[in-house]
Amino acid sequence: MKTLGQITVLFCGGLLLFFTSDFPDFGDANSPASLHLSPYFIENTLKDTAVPNVVTAILADYRGYDTMFETTVILTAGLACFLLLRIPKREVKSRYYLHEPTGVTLRFEGDKYPQKSDVFKRIDSNWVPYDLIINFTCRLLIHFIQIFALYVVAHGHYSPGGGFQGGVVLGASVILFAISGNLRAAIKRFGEKTAALFSAAGVFIYAGTGALCMMIGEHFLNYNFLSPLLGTDRIMARSHGIFIVEIGVAVTVMAVMIWIYYNLSSAGKQDEGL
Amino acid sequence: MEQILSFIAAKANYWAYVILLMVGLYAMIVKNNLVKKIVGMVIFQTAVILFYVSIGYKTGGTIPIIIYGDGHNSIIEPAAKAVDYINPLPHVLMLTAIVVGVATLGVALALAIKVYQEYGTLEEDEINKKIRA
Repeated sequence: MKTLGQITVLFCGGLLLFFTSDFPDFGDANSPASLHLSPYFIENTLKDTAVPNVVTAILADYRGYDTMFETTVILTAGLACFLLLRIPKREVKSRYYLHEPTGVTLRFEGDKYPQKSDVFKRIDSNWVPYDLIINFTCRLLIHFIQIFALYVVAHGHYSPGGGFQGGVVLGASVILFAISGNLRAAIKRFGEKTAALFSAAGVFIYAGTGALCMMIGEHFLNYNFLSPLLGTDRIMARSHGIFIVEIGVAVTVMAVMIWIYYNLSSAGKQDEGL
Repeated sequence: MEQILSFIAAKANYWAYVILLMVGLYAMIVKNNLVKKIVGMVIFQTAVILFYVSIGYKTGGTIPIIIYGDGHNSIIEPAAKAVDYINPLPHVLMLTAIVVGVATLGVALALAIKVYQEYGTLEEDEINKKIRA
């Protein structure tokens, strides 16, 4: 198997290396990829949509269908993780509690658990004492990460950024919270039902914007028709339509990243985790 | 000599992606552990993404955000010329591909966890043995 794999890899690699001489040079402005569609996008984006960032305009307007289904793919991936791994309710054999005044760890079996109290704190079975530096730094950083994520979403029109990037950064902030503290604390703040609802709501915002355009005007995802609702001219309505759609993408991406993390880190139990 | 150097400078990026691509392919074919196969898949994907981004580059071009396009400048904006900006299309395609890649990586890892729960191992030959037994 090993030699067979090496032969295959060397053969494919040799073929690819041999035919790279036919490829356009690095940085060639007249390479075939840059000649057909991209000049139109660069020259007309500002006239068509009033968005200076060409990437955002193509993503949410010219190729709006593509992005809508990419968002659906992300939602489907989150659902697939959920359906594969999630174990609804399972008998837990034992739980560990920390008696905080004395620092003693107690193991409870069966269904005799201490009542909710100030002295007993539930901990994971592979618990290690919290590191003060990590906890403090993460608590300090998470706010700024989230504000930066909102900035990235909101300024996708004028700077590199947009729904996908901002959504991932937002999701990463919650995942950082779960890693620095524990999984239960993160689930208490951003629950699984919230994640499921948000991931579907983002796709709904995207597809709903398209359907609204179809109800007012006649084309799906043609933001021109939103201009009477938004009170702007038809070109500016495209810019605002792109923004609404980007928010939908950000909500879906954020919720799905968090949801996948919850399911993967606890192997579906969402009881104890990384 | 100069010709050889300019040839290397023009094609070196493709060679780098081919090497990365083959590292990923090798891991996918030869490695026995399922997680290592998944890592190989991610390396393969990264190579393709880098290849796409690099074919959009133009020498002397800037990022595809139209200068003075925000409308806040008193300077009357000159019409954007395609030569001044790099090709935005590969960036759009790869932007979505990266995020979708992360989501599908999550599904792959979920399947790996399921396999581990079922067979107690992630080594492919041991799983095969257990299926045949």
